[in-house]
Amino acid sequence: MNRTSLTTMQFALALLASGAAALGLVFSLPDPGSVPLLTVFFALGAAAMVRLIRPINLWFDGALMLLGAVALLLALPQTGAMPAHFWWALVASWAFAWLFVERLSAAIRAGHLPETGTGLVIPVIFGLALLVAWEVITRGANVPPVLLPPPSAIGARFMAETNILWADFVQTFIKSVLPGYAIGCLAGLAVAIAVDRSPFLKAGVMPIGNFMSALPIIGIAPIMVMWFGFDWQSKAAVVVAMTFFPMLVNTVAGLNAASAIERDLMHTYAANNWQTLMKLRLPAAGPFIFNALKINSTLALIGAIVAEFFGTPIVGMGFRISTGVGRLAIDLVWAEIAVAAVAGSAFYGVIALIERGVTFWHPSVRGGRA
Amino acid sequence: MSETSSATACTNGPAVIRAENLGLTFPTGDGDIVALSDVNLTIEKGDFVSFIGPSGCGKTTFLRTIADLEKPTSGTLSVNGMSPEEARKARAYGYVFQAAALYPWRTIEKNIALPLEIMGHSAGEQAERVKRTMELVNLSGFEKKYPWQLSGGMQQRASIARALSFDADLLLMDEPFGALDEIVRDHLNSELLKLWARTEKTICFVTHSIPEAVYLSTRIVVMSPRPGRVTDIIESTLPRDRPLDIRETPEFLAIAARVREGLRAGHSYEEGSV
Repeated sequence: MNRTSLTTMQFALALLASGAAALGLVFSLPDPGSVPLLTVFFALGAAAMVRLIRPINLWFDGALMLLGAVALLLALPQTGAMPAHFWWALVASWAFAWLFVERLSAAIRAGHLPETGTGLVIPVIFGLALLVAWEVITRGANVPPVLLPPPSAIGARFMAETNILWADFVQTFIKSVLPGYAIGCLAGLAVAIAVDRSPFLKAGVMPIGNFMSALPIIGIAPIMVMWFGFDWQSKAAVVVAMTFFPMLVNTVAGLNAASAIERDLMHTYAANNWQTLMKLRLPAAGPFIFNALKINSTLALIGAIVAEFFGTPIVGMGFRISTGVGRLAIDLVWAEIAVAAVAGSAFYGVIALIERGVTFWHPSVRGGRA
Repeated sequence: MSETSSATACTNGPAVIRAENLGLTFPTGDGDIVALSDVNLTIEKGDFVSFIGPSGCGKTTFLRTIADLEKPTSGTLSVNGMSPEEARKARAYGYVFQAAALYPWRTIEKNIALPLEIMGHSAGEQAERVKRTMELVNLSGFEKKYPWQLSGGMQQRASIARALSFDADLLLMDEPFGALDEIVRDHLNSELLKLWARTEKTICFVTHSIPEAVYLSTRIVVMSPRPGRVTDIIESTLPRDRPLDIRETPEFLAIAARVREGLRAGHSYEEGSV
């Protein structure tokens, strides 16, 4: 294993990275010095081949990755396709990024680096690498902005239209998603508890719930608009319809999660139904209920946005997306998508954090045995 | 055998448990399963009675019937002079299950306080009783721990404390130490004896370990399967004060031999009938 302690995978990546850099250097020779930083990157990247003789620190690979990305972004022409050797820079810096992340995660696994902090570096690098590749490919290959605008254009549009985006966020997320989510989840929970107590309701409500969950949202959204009007109420109603059933099914399952011994115990204390529910069955159902809350957090946003396609006041994320596509304002559509993605992730993250606090005792949270 | 059972049946003292011709049949799709058949037994106040037998002999079912977790299908059963259901509603007994069954979202002290909360004791009284029972089972200092932070032996001690916390006179224990290793089990056995001496409770104890049954009990009920029935009732001649090394004395071994004999008799019957 005298390949400077790299795995086969890492070694192949290192060869690819340095090879691409060397090719880039060769192809940039007819036009030397036009982009000095890129030439420096090519030269250093090719020089990294010395790892065949002596090992190179993993942070050097990280620095090369960064240098390549910055040099490439700075060198991108404002108009027209980029020169061919730029593609070698993209391949080389992508390979250096991959190599760096590979070595970083191996070092964390081996305990050479602390988990906290460095663990977050990897997803950040991955996300940034995707953005850089997106930017370079869309601009470098002259992709029409109507098909896919570069992230820089989306970012610029985002900054220019924060007022619109904020108004849309308030309309869709604050006014439609949150009330609909709260009503749908609470109703699902309440009906689940009622269903659990009554065999009649179980026979009657569960099939209807099943039926409701099978309703296509595209179908019910226009009907909700007719029932509840154009404003946020109809969107909230769609969200209620979408979130109710996952909560109902999960809670009904969760209420049966307590073991026979745990229930016998309550019986030996002559506990009444309410006590058994509050002290045993509802806490035991916690992981199931939070599962539904997490599923619903993303479902709710989808439901509200899709519902806005079917009639809305002239504000809202779904409205902006549908009209933006029609007006070919694709960068604004992408900016809305970015807002939706961030809002949805943050919503999910908050629920997941609360879950960790409330169901701290569950083996899936504390990472222990049952 | 007939001598002992008739002797106890005739006593008109304060019988805690009295079973007469008790039978329990579980109907299944595969035909009826006779879990208990014609069980006659009287348990006096302050007794430590062990139920021993192979699996399927109905020892756990009998305990569950006393606790009103199963309903008998024939015969009569009284607990503290009441029906099992009335006794359960009067919180006449504490039940210790095979598994500790502590609620993982509650700390140890909150687990022990669970029956007290349900029975409506005041907060001050809850705290006082939790403290007292935790001392009784040597768990002081672990009040704020969660069950999954404790060893199996400590969890089972906490579940015993939970059964003791509301101070019922009858303690029903269903193989409480079955899942623990021998060393922990020995330790908990001697602690249980001390606890019994101190609290003067009536204890019904299901086990499949002969040494455990002989070491703990004042009476040993030997049961055999298919159908579950009592084959022998052995009065222990051991003194109430029992150090662990009493298990090497000839007296102890003689009782153990009689239990083993009773089990073998029931077993050969089973093999003959199957």
